[in-house]
Amino acid sequence: MNSPATSDALKPEEVQSEAMEHEENQPETDQTEGPRYEEDFMSGPVQTSSAEHEQTADHDVKIETRDLNVFYDSFHAIKSVDMEIRNQEITALIGPSGCGKSTLLRCLNRMNDEIPGARVEGEVLIDGKSIYSNETDLVSLRRRVGQVFQQPNPFPMSIYDNVAYGPRLQRRLSRDEADEIVERSLRGAALWDEVKDDLRKSALDLSGGQQQRLCIARCLAVEPEVLLMDEPCSALDPSATFRIEELMLELKERYAIVIVTHNMYQASRVSDRTGFFLLGELVEFDMTTRIFEDPQDDRTDAYIRGRFG
Amino acid sequence: MSSERGHLIDPRVSEKFAFGTLWVLMILVTLPVFGIIGYMLYRGAESLSWNLLTSMDGLLPAISGTAYLVSLTALVAAPIGVGAAIYLSEYATPGPLVRLIRLAIINLAGVPSVVYGLFGLAAFVIMFGWKRCLLSGACTLALLVLPLIISASEEALRQVPQGLREGSLALGASKWQTIRRVVLPNALPGIITGLILSIARAAGETAPILFTAAFYSLSDPFPNSVFDPIIAMPYQLYVTATEQPHVDPSFTWAMAFVLVAMVLGLNIIATVIRARLRRRRW
Repeated sequence: MNSPATSDALKPEEVQSEAMEHEENQPETDQTEGPRYEEDFMSGPVQTSSAEHEQTADHDVKIETRDLNVFYDSFHAIKSVDMEIRNQEITALIGPSGCGKSTLLRCLNRMNDEIPGARVEGEVLIDGKSIYSNETDLVSLRRRVGQVFQQPNPFPMSIYDNVAYGPRLQRRLSRDEADEIVERSLRGAALWDEVKDDLRKSALDLSGGQQQRLCIARCLAVEPEVLLMDEPCSALDPSATFRIEELMLELKERYAIVIVTHNMYQASRVSDRTGFFLLGELVEFDMTTRIFEDPQDDRTDAYIRGRFG
Repeated sequence: MSSERGHLIDPRVSEKFAFGTLWVLMILVTLPVFGIIGYMLYRGAESLSWNLLTSMDGLLPAISGTAYLVSLTALVAAPIGVGAAIYLSEYATPGPLVRLIRLAIINLAGVPSVVYGLFGLAAFVIMFGWKRCLLSGACTLALLVLPLIISASEEALRQVPQGLREGSLALGASKWQTIRRVVLPNALPGIITGLILSIARAAGETAPILFTAAFYSLSDPFPNSVFDPIIAMPYQLYVTATEQPHVDPSFTWAMAFVLVAMVLGLNIIATVIRARLRRRRW
């Protein structure tokens, strides 16, 4: 599977994952072990969970949905959702499967347009301007609002070409420009050191976690303002998950991030605000600490305590 | 053991029996193939030589004629077929119209080849006034292989993971950019496989070129333009086998062998490409 040339690129991560395995003596290696990660964070350069920051002044609203409804043919997938997504924050959407959280995410860059039978009613405003008006340019909208998918989906081409793909859609890049964008984006996604000698290698030779970071780099290359992440870690092992979460906390300094996750520990570890969805309704939307420590709605409480979903 | 579980026959015995039966059936299927090829080789061995393939009074005119014919067929059919497949799989919104088109394509594949021949005669030879020529034949064969090309290309496009399309669209690519840069390059091996299989099919067909392209001439066997008739392998085989009583039978058998070898060769190339494709990871 791994060609000899890629083994170099894999080293740092292997080292890391080995280190982590030593730490984790319990047989359970699920992603549900938040506290220990945070201890690791404390010593690192990365800002820890937003707990300390959340009482300070609110950040600017980046995205606002107003009475948003989504239908798939006759199925009412999102029911009258009002929510605000802020700059420099991570907003987590949680809830059981089929509750509409991914659907909501796909409304924000209009990827729902690609699904036959999907219909959106209500408003989504980005910087106060509707993205469902007739003047909306889908291309520029999707450049502003990048998306990382559940399954890492690098294109079957080189690492370099994957990152340069987005910018090259718009214009011809000179060598130097492309080099610069590729390096900056890969650095931004914390992947540069691992792949800088293998940029011409196929992106498919990377590990799953590296592929996902490559997909993040690919998004960063088009200089978005918002990052949508649809269960970005569900196909990854714990150590790769850890790196993505670390990266998200770094990236939120510059972007508004929305993450859909099935993993409540992940939501509580990384997010500033959390929205709980149930059957297409936004049941509760509040500061993450509030949602997890003192939920106002019984259904939220039940879900968080693992009573259903 | 069998009595414990109450089986009528010991599963190990029935397993052996089933395996043996299926093996015999498999041999029965492959036997005719090797039998036919072997028999053609046996009967034609006398005439088979390098000279047969490359000399003017051998098969050179027919082989080159067939090569011209299938090349032009591919040139006509590939853009139309692949274009139609891209439209159907990437652009068309599913609905009654698309279902109707698909149904038409499937039915087109079931039309007997002689009907294509008659249609080609009526349309290209007579109505367009192209006479009996390379172009008329190629267009007729193109109609014949179009359904094959369309379904093979559609299948190849369907195999491209949806995640790649979404990834590209989410980066601000237009639909056409996504098709051009991500979807087509990944579907190309499958599309090419389909094209080669179609060409192999076209190379062996007689009925469609019978009235539209083929002729038999010893004086002027090579076409000067697409508006000249040509000598094609299947047609020459037909003529030699049925209308020329004094030809050495081993020549006819050798010719049949060469035709089968050409078609088989193309099919093997297609199979190799497909196997390569399957080995690739996404």
